[in-house]
Amino acid sequence: MPEVRRSIAITIDDTEIDAYEGESILQAARRFGIKIPSMCYLEGLSVWGACRICVVEVAGQHQPRPACATLVVEDMEVRTNTARLQSHRRTILELLFAEGNHVCAVCVSNGNCELQDRAVEAGMDHVRFDYRNPLRPVDATHPKYVFDPNRCIVCTRCVRVCDEIEGAHVWDVASRGHQAHLVTELGQPWGRSSSCTWCGKCVASCPTGALFYQGSAVGESVHAPDLVARLVAARRDHEWFPPVESPTSPNEQNGDDR
Amino acid sequence: MAEALHPSGDDRFAVLDKHLKRTHHAQDQLIETLHVAQEVFGYLSDDILMYVARALLLPPSMVLGVATFYHLFNFEAQGEHACSVCTGTACFVKGADAIVAAVRDGYAVAPGATSEDGFLTLRTARCLGSCGLAPVVVIDGNVAGHQDARSTLELIRAQARIPEEVN
Amino acid sequence: MATPIDLHEVAERELEDQARYPWRIKACGSTACQSAGAGASISTLESEVVAVGLSDSVRVMSTGCMGLCSRGPLVRVLRRGGEETMYQSVDRDVAVDIVGAVAGRGEVADANRIDRHIPFFTRQHRVVLANAGIIDPDRLASAVAHGAYSALEKAITTMTPDQVVEAIKASGLRGRGGAGYPVGAKWSLLAGASSDQKYVIANGDEGDPGAYMDRTVMEDDPHRVIEGLAIAAYATGATRGYIYVRAEYPKAVERLDRAIRAARRSRLLGRKVLGSDFDFEVQVRIGAGAFVCGEETALIASIEGRRGNPRLRPPYPTESGLFGMPSMINNVETLANIPAIVSKGANWFSSIGTDRSTGTKVFALAGDLTNTGLIEVPMGISLREIVEDMGGGVPDGKVFKAAQTGGPSGGCIPTQFMDTSVDYESLRELGSIMGSGGLIVMDEDTSMPEVARFFMEFCMDESCGKCVPCRAGTVQLHGLLDRICSGEGRPGDLGLLEELCTVVRETSLCGLGQSAPNPVVSTLHYFRDEYESLLQEAAHA
Ligand SMILES: Cc1cc2nc3c(=O)[nH]c(=O)nc-3n(C[C@H](O)[C@H](O)[C@H](O)COP(=O)(O)O)c2cc1C
Ligand code: SF4
Ligand code: SF4
Ligand code: FES
Ligand code: FES
Repeated sequence: MPEVRRSIAITIDDTEIDAYEGESILQAARRFGIKIPSMCYLEGLSVWGACRICVVEVAGQHQPRPACATLVVEDMEVRTNTARLQSHRRTILELLFAEGNHVCAVCVSNGNCELQDRAVEAGMDHVRFDYRNPLRPVDATHPKYVFDPNRCIVCTRCVRVCDEIEGAHVWDVASRGHQAHLVTELGQPWGRSSSCTWCGKCVASCPTGALFYQGSAVGESVHAPDLVARLVAARRDHEWFPPVESPTSPNEQNGDDR
Repeated sequence: MAEALHPSGDDRFAVLDKHLKRTHHAQDQLIETLHVAQEVFGYLSDDILMYVARALLLPPSMVLGVATFYHLFNFEAQGEHACSVCTGTACFVKGADAIVAAVRDGYAVAPGATSEDGFLTLRTARCLGSCGLAPVVVIDGNVAGHQDARSTLELIRAQARIPEEVN
Repeated sequence: MATPIDLHEVAERELEDQARYPWRIKACGSTACQSAGAGASISTLESEVVAVGLSDSVRVMSTGCMGLCSRGPLVRVLRRGGEETMYQSVDRDVAVDIVGAVAGRGEVADANRIDRHIPFFTRQHRVVLANAGIIDPDRLASAVAHGAYSALEKAITTMTPDQVVEAIKASGLRGRGGAGYPVGAKWSLLAGASSDQKYVIANGDEGDPGAYMDRTVMEDDPHRVIEGLAIAAYATGATRGYIYVRAEYPKAVERLDRAIRAARRSRLLGRKVLGSDFDFEVQVRIGAGAFVCGEETALIASIEGRRGNPRLRPPYPTESGLFGMPSMINNVETLANIPAIVSKGANWFSSIGTDRSTGTKVFALAGDLTNTGLIEVPMGISLREIVEDMGGGVPDGKVFKAAQTGGPSGGCIPTQFMDTSVDYESLRELGSIMGSGGLIVMDEDTSMPEVARFFMEFCMDESCGKCVPCRAGTVQLHGLLDRICSGEGRPGDLGLLEELCTVVRETSLCGLGQSAPNPVVSTLHYFRDEYESLLQEAAHA
C-alpha cells in the first residue's frame, strides 16, 4: 500500500526538486533523471556506502558525501559534478583498476560492465598507479556459475542479495584491508557449498565480470541488476510486473534457475 | 563434518560447550566464543569454525569472515615457542625492524608464520603498551624490554632450553 | 540481596588497618617494571622483611604504574607521618638494601634513589592517575579508602541526572579519545533520546601504537573507570554498560572483571545501586586485534559479534547504536575524569588547563628521550616543558628533530614550535592532533619519509577494507612512499602522493582513512627537503 510521504525541497545542480523524507540524495536524483554514478549501491538492498563513486558536494560541508548513504534534508543544496568530484571519481576508479586484474578485452562482461561504464563516463583513460597484479585463482567448481575474483571490486552486492533477498548467506567477506576477499561458506570451492540454492541472484547483481554463467564467452554476460528492486517491490506491494527482458542465462541448457 | 569430530570423545569440547551454555548460545558472543575455542584448541581449524557456526546458528561464511577480520585468531597450528616483536611507534623508532629481521633470518620464519620444524612462531604486534621499554619483545608470554637483535636471539635460545632443565 | 556498602566505614577501616604499619613499601607491579624484574624484587622485599623480623611493622604491597617506566623496577618507601623515598632499578640486591635501610642498618646507594623534586614529578597534575601506583587495584577497600565511588554516591543521592549532565558541561571536559568532542554535549544527546534501553560504552581499545594511558588507568585503578561509566549511565538514563578492551591487555581485562564482581557484591553495581532506584550492569568485552575497532561504529559492530566495519554517520550512536539502541561511547580516560569532576566540582576542573581545553591530559612519553613513561600534565603546558624539562631532553648528545602526536592519525611537530601550548586547537593548527596521548620524540637521525612510510604501512594493514579510497588508496600511498624511501622515486611522485592524500582524506568512509594521510601531509609540510633529496638521489642514480 503506497504510504504518504512528506516531501522535502532540495536543489541538485541548480534544479529544485521535491524529494521524499527518508530518501537518499541518490534516490531523489534518480527519480528526477539526474545521473549520479554508483557502484556498490543497488536499489532493493541495504546501503553499504563503500565504493565512494557517488560522492557529491553538499553546501556547508567541506567533505564530499556519499549520495547513496546521505538522506535528504530540507533546503539541501547538492552539486553532483564539480571538477573536484570528477577528479576524485577518476582517481577512485584508477585505484580499482590497479587493485585487481581487469582485462576488458577477454572479459565475459566486456560492454556490459558497470566498472567499465563508470570509467568511460569519468574519462579515465589511463592509470597512474602501479598495477598490483594479485594472484587470484578462478573458482569454476559450481555447475552453473563461475566466480572470477580478479574482477571483483568487493562491493558486497552478492553478499547482500544472498543474505537479504535469498536468505541463504552463502557469501561473505573474509580478511580485511587490501586482503579482503569474497568467500563461500568456510572458503571451500563454491561447487562444494551446501547452502547455495542456485538462485543466481548474486550473478544477476554483480556489477562486473566477477560472477557469470558457465560457458559465457567474451562480452556475453549480461547482468540483471534491476531484478532485486523488482523482487523487493513485488514482495512489498503485491504487484507483479513482468520483466521487460528476462534475466540472462546465455546457455539454455543451464535450465531454469531454481 | 561436525559429526565426524564426535565432540563427546574430546573434553576440550566440554569447555567450549560450557561457554556456549553460559552465554546462552547468543550470536553476539561470536568473538568471545572464538577466543575460547582458540584457547582450548590452539587454533581455529575448519572443523572448529563449523562447530561454532552450528552452535550459534550462524552462516559459516559469516563466522569465517569475522574470524579472519581480527589479527589475533590463528588458523594453523602454532610453534612450540612464540616470539612477538612489538612494531609500534616507540619500538619502531628504537629499531624494532632489525629485531624482526634477525629472528626472521635466524629461524627462517616469516613474520606471522611458524618455522618449518614447528619450533618458533614469529609475530609482530602493534604496541604492547610498554613503550617506555622500547623496543619490546614477548617470548612465550614473558615481556622483555630494551632488546636488540642479539639479546632477542639469546632470549629465544634460553627459552628453548627451559623444558630440558625442568625434565 | 546484600546490603549496600557503607563507603565511609570501609574507608575508615582500611585506613586504620594501614596505619597499623609504621612502614609501607610499595613496589610497582605493572608490565614495564615486571619486565625489568619487579617480580624478583617484590619477592625479595617480602622475604627480607620476614628475615629481619619486621613483619609486624612493615607492609609490602604491589601497586600499579608509578610513571617513570624507563627506570624500573620502581619502589616507594613510606614512613607513617614522614617523608617518602623512591628508588629506581631495584633488583634483588637493592631490595635487600632497602629493607636494611628501613631496619636502620645501612643505606641504599645514591644511584638508586630518585629525586622526587625533578620536573618529571613536580610538573605533573594527577587527576586521572591520582591513585595509580598508590592503591592496590585488586582490592575494592583500598580504592574506597582513596575516595572511589564517593562521587557515584554523591551523584545518586544528591544530584538529579540533569544536574550531573550540567556539571559535566560546565567543566568543559572534552573527549580524550582523540577528537575532543565536548563530553557534556554528548551526554545530553543520550539523555534526550527516548528509549527503554540505552547503553554506555567505555572505549578501552587504545589502538594508537605508542600509547598506554588507558591501559594504565584500567589496570591500576579499574574502579575509577567503572565509577565514571556508572555516573554516565545515571546521568543519561542508561542501564547497561560495556567496557571494550583490546585483547592485548589481558591484565586490564582480569582486573576490570574482578573489580566489577567486587563492586556488584557491594551493591555499587547491579540492581538498586547503593539502595537507590538506579540499576546498572557492566560487562567487559574483549577485542581481537583490530585498530579500526576503536572507531565507535566499528566498536559497536565488534561488540555485536560482527566484522569491525565502520558505517556512515549519521545516524550517530546516540540515536541508533548498539543493537540499534541509543548508545554513547566515551574514552576510558574521559570517563576517569568524571568522578573527580562530580566530587570537586566543575569550577575546580575548569580552573585547570586553558579556556577551551580544560583539565589535564595523560601522555605516554616514548622514543628518543631520557625519561620515558607516563605523565599527567595540565593542558596548555608547552611542548618544551614536556620534552626538555620533564622528559630530560634527547639523550646521547643528539638533537631534537620532531615530536609526533596523534599516532597514525596525527602529525609531527618540529623544533621551531617547541613553545606551542599543548591543547586541542594549537596542535590542530600545526597540522597534528592531540590524539589519545602518545607522544614520541625523534632525534636528528630519524628519517621523516621513513616515519611517514611506517604510519602508512600501519594504516594499510589496519584498514578494514570496506571503502575503496582507504583500502586501495593506502596501498598505493604506501607503495609511493616505499619507492621514494628506497631511492627509486620517480619525477612527479610527490605530486601524485599529494593528490592521492587529498582523495583518501576527502572520500574515505571513516576516520581511519580520512586521517591516514596526516603523517604524510605533515612531514611533507615541515620536511619536504628530505623527500626532495631522496628523489634527487634517485634521479642521479
Ligand atoms: C580509526 C579510529 C580509531 C580510534 N581508536 C580509538 C581508541 O583506541 N580509543 C578511543 O577512546 N577512541 C578511539 N577513536 C575515537 C572514537 O571513535 C570515539 O570518538 C571516542 O571513543 C569517543 O570518546 P570521547 O568522546 O570520550 O573521546 C578512534 C577513532 C578512529 C576513527
Ligand atoms: S563478486 Fe561481484 S557482486 Fe560480489 S563483491 Fe565482487 S564485484 Fe561485487
Ligand atoms: S576509511 Fe578505511 S577503515 Fe574506514 S571504512 Fe574505509 S576502509 Fe574501513
Ligand atoms: S554507490 Fe554510494 S558509496 Fe558506492
Ligand atoms: S610501541 Fe612497542 S610497546 Fe608501545
